[in-house]
Amino acid sequence: MTRLRSVAITVNNQEYKREVEPRMLLSDFLRHELGLTGTHVGCEHGVCGACSILFDGESARSCLMFAVQADGHAIRTVEGLSADEDHLHPIQQAFWEAHGLQCGFCTPGILMSLIPFLEKNLDPTEEEIRHALSGNLCRCTGYQHIVDAVKLAAERMR
Amino acid sequence: MTTRYFGKRIKRNEDPRLLTGRSLFVDDVDLPGMLHAAFVRSPYAHARIINIDVSQALKREGVVAVYIADDLGDYWKPGPLLVSPPPIADTVFNEKTQVPLAKDKVKFSGEPIVMVVAESRYIAEDALADIYVDYEPFSAVVDMEKALEEDSPLIHEDLGTNIAARVVQKKGDYESIKPDAALIIKRRFSYEHGCAAAMENRGVVAEWDRRSGRLTVWDTTQAPVVIRNGLADLLGLSERQVRVIAPFIGGGFGPKIMMFYQEEVLVPWVAIQLDRPVKWIEDRAENFVATTHERGQIHDAEAAFDKDGRILGVHDVFLHDTGAYDPYGLTVPLNSQANVLGLYDIKNYHSEFTAVFTNKTIVTPYRGAGRQHGVFVIERLLDLAAKELKIDRTEIRRRNFIPPDKFPYNNEIIYQDFVPLIYDSGNYEPLLDDALEKIDYHHFIKEIQPKLRAEGKHVGIGIVAYVEGTGIGPYEGAKVQVMSSGRVSVVTGVGTQGQGHFTSFAQIAAEQLGVPVDKIDVVTGDTDQFYWGAGTFASRGAVVAGNAIYEAARDVRKKILQVASEHFNAPEDELELFDGQIRVADVPRMSISLGELAKKANPTRGAVKPGTQPGLEATNYFGPERGATSSGIHAMIIEVDPETLQIHIQKYLVVHDCGKVINPLILDGQIHGGVAQGIGNAFYERLVYDDDGQLLNGTFMDYHLPSALDVPRIETAHGETVSPLNAMGVKGAGEAGAIPVGPLFAQALEDALHNVDLEILEIPLNSNRLWEIINDANNKGK
Ligand code: FES
Ligand code: FES
Repeated sequence: MTRLRSVAITVNNQEYKREVEPRMLLSDFLRHELGLTGTHVGCEHGVCGACSILFDGESARSCLMFAVQADGHAIRTVEGLSADEDHLHPIQQAFWEAHGLQCGFCTPGILMSLIPFLEKNLDPTEEEIRHALSGNLCRCTGYQHIVDAVKLAAERMR
Repeated sequence: MTTRYFGKRIKRNEDPRLLTGRSLFVDDVDLPGMLHAAFVRSPYAHARIINIDVSQALKREGVVAVYIADDLGDYWKPGPLLVSPPPIADTVFNEKTQVPLAKDKVKFSGEPIVMVVAESRYIAEDALADIYVDYEPFSAVVDMEKALEEDSPLIHEDLGTNIAARVVQKKGDYESIKPDAALIIKRRFSYEHGCAAAMENRGVVAEWDRRSGRLTVWDTTQAPVVIRNGLADLLGLSERQVRVIAPFIGGGFGPKIMMFYQEEVLVPWVAIQLDRPVKWIEDRAENFVATTHERGQIHDAEAAFDKDGRILGVHDVFLHDTGAYDPYGLTVPLNSQANVLGLYDIKNYHSEFTAVFTNKTIVTPYRGAGRQHGVFVIERLLDLAAKELKIDRTEIRRRNFIPPDKFPYNNEIIYQDFVPLIYDSGNYEPLLDDALEKIDYHHFIKEIQPKLRAEGKHVGIGIVAYVEGTGIGPYEGAKVQVMSSGRVSVVTGVGTQGQGHFTSFAQIAAEQLGVPVDKIDVVTGDTDQFYWGAGTFASRGAVVAGNAIYEAARDVRKKILQVASEHFNAPEDELELFDGQIRVADVPRMSISLGELAKKANPTRGAVKPGTQPGLEATNYFGPERGATSSGIHAMIIEVDPETLQIHIQKYLVVHDCGKVINPLILDGQIHGGVAQGIGNAFYERLVYDDDGQLLNGTFMDYHLPSALDVPRIETAHGETVSPLNAMGVKGAGEAGAIPVGPLFAQALEDALHNVDLEILEIPLNSNRLWEIINDANNKGK
């Protein structure tokens, strides 16, 4: 058995201390060690974006990182976007109203990619939105309602 | 009653849970003491297994058990045949279903051979590398035509052939009309279809409770009830001992119904053997080879036309690649066979197909399920004929449409649901007219396009038509119940994979009961909640389960009226259901909430009248005599860069008729998603196999799913020809977006590249392939 390493990782403003194998993926750590199963994995090779989280405020793919690399860093996952189902973040609310999700499997990753995008640009064009989304695959929606949701969210957040 | 919920763009009940990451997917199930399974899969497409050595794996710390085929004892047997062959005379069908673990021989690359169970997934995967399998590789059967040659290696030696099936169907007499034809178009068409690539891979978790003798299985299946029945049968348990839960599923699109996947059969068994919960989650690399695909067909097709472009008859002979096994019977090629007839009045049709075993992943339906192969053939034949006869491509379609007074229209062939293919209703010309107007067809070809061409731009337009057989039998059921809280529970046996059933089903019940949609809790995919059902496939959820809910909700409504009438001592026709209340119209104080009424309908003391059934609840079923046929037109304007052959879709339009619409918002989403998959199929996605039967592009790096930059904005419009086959008048819509995109691309690209004498007879394309086709055309011209 590989030697375990101690890590202290802040997730959604709460610090977690754990002993992990160095090879444990950050996505597995979040999902299976912390039980934060809102972060999904669709490919585990960095293409689909389902596992996207915020890493010190930047969107990152948790399947391409080891948990040990997150030691001492701050992570935000979809569970940290809103207190509960009755108090949605404006992006979540917009996705709901614009029907920006079907199976919902890609959705947490898409939300976590959009947060930093909208932080930088609250008046995006359709073109810019599509570029921002191009790192996340969705097999259900054909993206149109997602684009509409982003526009709606931007409008509300302005 | 006025419509308050049915037909409205209502946002979905299921979304807040999904948006906050609080919904349960199979991989989210976490049980104390849970073990993890992993599989050694064949690296060869075709090989004999000489020896398997698992001894090192067993020594690894954390490995609990390792199984090869022989360890399964009597449990090792080929899986069930899911769809038997149709009742068509002289049909040949050679049944070969997949086995839990390969024994003696492997028949496709990715076939499971050894199952490892360990304390963690990491350890299970480490142990895979400890296992040594000796193979004697054989040459692989990859090409369908070569598979049928005398000296081809055989995949299933005992059959003495690689033929999986042969079916001939006829309508009228094609040969007799041939001499009358003014024009005969004859071509070879090939159509490859990729894999569903749902964002969530497959997974199974099983837990055996020894004390209660109950097995619970969480499964990414589209057909939980069928899995429950099958597992009970395989494991020698009663159906009541097995509970299958299909929780939130991250996209299905067909392959998640290929029930009795090897892992699905093994994980519950091993959980019982070891008396511990066991989880298996597929990874993407496995998904590419182990989850079923849809795949290629080669059609040698011809059509006879009169001088005005009317089709006199069609003759089609095709090969269908079924992969290494054929558990799903002939659903896919039967769909192709039926869809060649399209929405056209074709009086003479001869169609025969041969399904062929190859050393590739099993083929089962994926959104469209063979329909697109058929649509490609007929739409291309019409385009080619229009060109020869110098008739406008939309005009030739119009001339051949089945006229509205000819419905129900009998195509006289047997469909995938084993009954004659009869279209219930349709009215195609208005759809075409609407599409022509919305895409500004005539103006575009007369004025805009010539101008663009003069500027050196390569912009083309495409317009194609299709039908979609939906909502087939056998049946679904539903239970509707008013809870004492006043909320309404709707329970059905189908599974749901993102289609919005939690909302559309609620709308159906809401309409009957006058209860707001967000007060209706829909449960799908839990066999303990609803016992009966067949599953979500062939765009049948809204039609078949939807109508069952409609019937059950109507029964509950009757019961509410009856109980309330006694309660108020008022005649039923003076009562009205409104916002979760029932009241005597015009007497505001005579009102009671449905929750209170439900309590009254379930007295716990005293006597009731003989024959009284407690509660405000009802169960009902719906089984259509045959499917409902949706139809539509897709149109597109596309620009091609003549240097790079990169494409840019400028406009995409879908005019669609699926009868009454329950929720237009959800319907639009279904169409958008279907078109995106259709675009993937037409231009981006191709599963590339080499001559050894190896899939060369089994990652998302190499197999390109369309991104937000590849899928354009899609404009939708709807016709409404109600189905006479069900009380709600609905037809299915799940596959409409995906079906005709191939021929649409072919037509529009030929139009865009008008300066090349181009015939596109194959799908998928991509820029490289297009370049080759153009080169071939140019060389031929020289
Ligand atoms: S799971 Fe991380 S990018 Fe796909
Ligand atoms: S909603 Fe299903 S993958 Fe995006």
